[in-house]
Amino acid sequence: MAFNGHQRDDDTVDEDETPTKQPRSNKEMPGYFRSEPGSEAAAPAGRATPDRRSSNATARHRSDSVKKTRPPFPWFGMDIGGTLVKLVYFEPKDITAEEEQEEVENLKSIRRYLTSNTAYGKTGIRDVHLQLQDLTLCGRTGNLHFIRFPTHDLPAFLQMGRNKHFSSLHTTLCATGGGAYKFESDFRTMADLQLHKLDELDCLIRGVLYIDSVVSSGPSECYYFENPTEPDRCVQKPYTLENPYPLLLVNIGSGVSILAVYSENNYKRVTGTSLGGGTFLGLCCLLTGCSTFEEALEMASLGESTRVDKLVRDIYGGDYERFGLPGWAVASSFGNMMSKEKRESVSKEDLARATLVTITNNIGSITRMCALNENIERVVFVGNFLRVNTLSMKLLAYAMDYWSKGQLKALFLRHEGYFGAVGALLELLHPS
Amino acid sequence: MAECSGIDSNPSSHTMDKSITLPPDEIFRNLENAKRFAIDIGGSLTKLAYYSTVQHKVAKVRSFDHTAKEAASDKLYEISVQEEVTARLHFIKFENAYIETCLDFIKDHLVNTETKVIKATGGGAHKFKELIERKLGLKVDKEDEMTCLIKGCNFVLKNIPHEAFVYAKHADSEFRFQTTNPDIFPYLLVNIGSGVSIVKVEAEDKFERIGGSSIGGGTFWGLGALLTKTKRFDELLQLASKGQHTNVDMLVKDIYGGSYGCLGLTGDLIASSFGKSATADKEFSKEDMAKSLLHMISNDIGQLACLYAKLHNLSRVYFGGFFIRGHPVTMHTITYSINFFTKGEVQALFLRHEGYLGAIGAFLKGAEEDNPNQYSWGENYAGSSGLMSVSPDMNPMQRARSGTFDMLEMDRLERQLVNLPLLQDPSSYIPDTVDLTEDALAREYWLYCFEEALDGVVKRAVASQPDMLEAALRAEKFRQKYRHKLQTLRHQPFAYGSLTVRSLLDTREHCLNEFNFPDPYSKIKQRENDVALKYYQKAVKSLEELSWEERQFALVRGVLAGNVFDWGAKAVSDVLESDPEFGFEEAKRQLEDCVVFLSERPWLVDSYNQWLERMKGPPHKCALFFVDNSGVDIILGVMPFVRELLSRGTEVVLASNSGPALNDVTNGELQILTERIAAMDPVIQAGLRDDRLMLVQSGSSSPCLDLSRLDKVLAMVVRERQTDLVIIEGMGRAIHTNYYAMLSCESLKMAVIKNSWLADRLGGKLFSVVFKYEVPAGKPSQDCETSTPS
Repeated sequence: MAFNGHQRDDDTVDEDETPTKQPRSNKEMPGYFRSEPGSEAAAPAGRATPDRRSSNATARHRSDSVKKTRPPFPWFGMDIGGTLVKLVYFEPKDITAEEEQEEVENLKSIRRYLTSNTAYGKTGIRDVHLQLQDLTLCGRTGNLHFIRFPTHDLPAFLQMGRNKHFSSLHTTLCATGGGAYKFESDFRTMADLQLHKLDELDCLIRGVLYIDSVVSSGPSECYYFENPTEPDRCVQKPYTLENPYPLLLVNIGSGVSILAVYSENNYKRVTGTSLGGGTFLGLCCLLTGCSTFEEALEMASLGESTRVDKLVRDIYGGDYERFGLPGWAVASSFGNMMSKEKRESVSKEDLARATLVTITNNIGSITRMCALNENIERVVFVGNFLRVNTLSMKLLAYAMDYWSKGQLKALFLRHEGYFGAVGALLELLHPS
Repeated sequence: MAECSGIDSNPSSHTMDKSITLPPDEIFRNLENAKRFAIDIGGSLTKLAYYSTVQHKVAKVRSFDHTAKEAASDKLYEISVQEEVTARLHFIKFENAYIETCLDFIKDHLVNTETKVIKATGGGAHKFKELIERKLGLKVDKEDEMTCLIKGCNFVLKNIPHEAFVYAKHADSEFRFQTTNPDIFPYLLVNIGSGVSIVKVEAEDKFERIGGSSIGGGTFWGLGALLTKTKRFDELLQLASKGQHTNVDMLVKDIYGGSYGCLGLTGDLIASSFGKSATADKEFSKEDMAKSLLHMISNDIGQLACLYAKLHNLSRVYFGGFFIRGHPVTMHTITYSINFFTKGEVQALFLRHEGYLGAIGAFLKGAEEDNPNQYSWGENYAGSSGLMSVSPDMNPMQRARSGTFDMLEMDRLERQLVNLPLLQDPSSYIPDTVDLTEDALAREYWLYCFEEALDGVVKRAVASQPDMLEAALRAEKFRQKYRHKLQTLRHQPFAYGSLTVRSLLDTREHCLNEFNFPDPYSKIKQRENDVALKYYQKAVKSLEELSWEERQFALVRGVLAGNVFDWGAKAVSDVLESDPEFGFEEAKRQLEDCVVFLSERPWLVDSYNQWLERMKGPPHKCALFFVDNSGVDIILGVMPFVRELLSRGTEVVLASNSGPALNDVTNGELQILTERIAAMDPVIQAGLRDDRLMLVQSGSSSPCLDLSRLDKVLAMVVRERQTDLVIIEGMGRAIHTNYYAMLSCESLKMAVIKNSWLADRLGGKLFSVVFKYEVPAGKPSQDCETSTPS
């Protein structure tokens, strides 16, 4: 099941350092009226809110009532995964002078710290290109920031929270992901913070549906690859996720969860696999001595997996026609590494590439079988394994298309790994 | 893909001594008559198959021409030992390193020159094509791997009882063998070679590769070699069995601190394979990495297999390929994965002869004109190695060594074997009463018992061939062979499927045959038959003098008393053996203990009253009687009983062994005996004349009885005659086997327990009586005659 087409991708440059992408503007939160009624048509029809065309007077009234139930700043949503902590932060831009005066120093300092930097400590990064501008949340307008750092640096983060007297702000910290449970007591003892723990799959789905509904200009949130089986003609195209149900949602983090989503509140976890992003990075670290995801991806982009994998043509000299297996398909991942000579002749880059191809194709296989068993034709891949990983996305697009003979469509979302954190933030603002 | 194909360097060759001398009488046996070769060359193992004929000495009985008044002999019939030619399939598995030595050996010993081609399959076939053609002078004819694999799989599933098993690492017996289901289709075969192929098999020639995965045995081996710098597959497994995957894998609890309760994911589940090596900057042990890799691959294959099984709605999933090949570590992890992903709905099944499937299939492809599938075949326990010991403590090198020459031999059975049509549920029928693989105490006892009895069997074998000088030598070889089998079974009770008293007895018969002791009891049987016949008329006369009710009891007691004369039972054979020139009365006196028991009711199992009531009712349409011993048993016990049934208007089918086993009466002997009795007894004579008494062979040569493997003719007769009563007599057939067998018609099981250990187990004493009359639920016995045709 190898895909030996476009090994070199121009898109694999880390976008984190190029925060020049178009910021999005004027977003609205479904169910809440926005203050500027100018660009309402942008919201996807399928998700239009019933009261969006209500009068200004009603809006004002609602806005007031919202204000009463609105939680105090700062607004955070957090997803503590096995490898990465994902943090979304809403920065209000409509702060009145009066508010500015009232704002305590601690809050101000946090806001400044987060918004004036793109990197925090050695490992924290703000994905500037993902930032959502002029978003309206709970009647407030501001920017949504996307920040990540490794889970093993959580103690440093807690220390910072302590130093900045975060606990004095009396905010509720909504957190999801396994770490919300694992580190709950650390939050309490180290930073005097009470976590509001949320289910990660609930948050994930809520986040996906929300982000897709609010992004209307700039690069489309959802996209797919056209002509996935022809490397030369394979291009990224925007996709409108209208009437999204039913859809298969494949979240590739350290491990993989596969959900069948039938509506916003009706979904099930179909299955999962332990062969995920953590496996890719873990094996790459052991095989090549690299230590970061970016490094591993960079190596993979330079390698050649066919030197490591045994292909159908290596065994049959060509296609295995009896079973319709093309000669280029991988018969055995790492199969060539059974031979001592071949082990000695491969490069680290080849090994990284083979690891990536193996893990990606396997996720593709399992996803395809789930789609068949659940009778779902649309598959949305999310999760941080796909971050700056066009190689894997194109492989998945190819595998879905080729093995289903065009029946299955692989879709991707720009905010890849942040949906859980977004879902957690939404829970803070609108407890379900 | 199927095999671990095209591996350039043999992984084990460097550690193996290639210059071995092959012992000709142990492997590649019967090469002189060999024809139709097939070879399956995998990544490390070669499997060779050939068809051969075996000359066997068989004991034949022939009636004397009594009209000629041969004064010289007062014997009933003569016994002659004849040569008989039977067909046998040989399969030999060895390391690729020996291929050249083996080919040379075959060439030197091959006599038959008709053979022109050799069927070949497996990834290595093309690599060795030239060598084979040069060495053997045979044209290599390549066959598709998958086709061969499926053909072979169908063949073993149909012909070898206890072929498939479930593996349970922590159970009392690791192997739970499946009963042979007559309907083997449809099933899923997951072949884990270097890659994985998932094949759906719907009929003999209908199969489809519905999927596969590139993550297979080659991934474990290749990636494992990179990670641990360990070159050999077996060593990698060895490493894995010692490792702790939790040091390398990120578990649910590593992320959650505990379980992910709302999804039912427990904390110990692997969330991300190798996830810890992505974050922790430290050294990982080879063992831990190998274990983590093994889990990763096994879980992945199990998950895909389940998804395919679900999509195609299949519940029988067999796993094979070099990744499995009897390795307990991989069988365990695959089983675990299947259980996890299907919540126990699908069982992972493995095959005892999995490694031979390709070779068997290739052979069958080449033998299509002989149509081997029209015959029934049986595993020869004497010539087959059995499932290798898979103790994880065993040194992998030793394991490879012992596996160097593994053999499977299958005999073509004279008759095609089928189910008894009267089994209530053929798919759940288990012939054997006690599974010695699971019952360690019983196993201990019976293995000891058979070992104790070995001297006697050897003595008897030698005595049976007084004119042959080398008989002692052969008997000694038999002793060694059988003792070795017993020792193997002590350590690997699962070697030939479930270990049972039946399999121990059958193995002994196979070994005796192997060393040309076809019928050690022939002369004893002859003498006993002679003696018993003399008493027949007297016995019948005394029975006729009794009242109807007294007679019914006397008939039953007669069968039971006759059944005491059994050379297979130690308690009895000791008495009989003590006086070689024994007289019937003498022995009877010595066995008085037992005779007393027969009169003391209630017996250990006693439904005589129900039987008597039934006998007062309308006659049965037809009774099928599985008989046991020669001599007193058949002549003075069974025949009067048969006579009574015939007199009542019940047809009788006497089913006896096709071939000899202990002192059991064979079909050949029974033909002669019945003729002689008919000459004395008009009832029997009329029965034979009117075709109301029929003699059929069971298709078996065992002292026990497997009702799922009976002669096709017998099954036909049973159906045609609308048999409504099955009588099973004797310890081997009614206690060791079929004690719990459920039939769809009335059944009567009669036996005397001639073994104090077994009697003790069943809660009785030596010579306790089992008289088990059963009527299937929902079928009142009196209604049975309603099906009688006009």
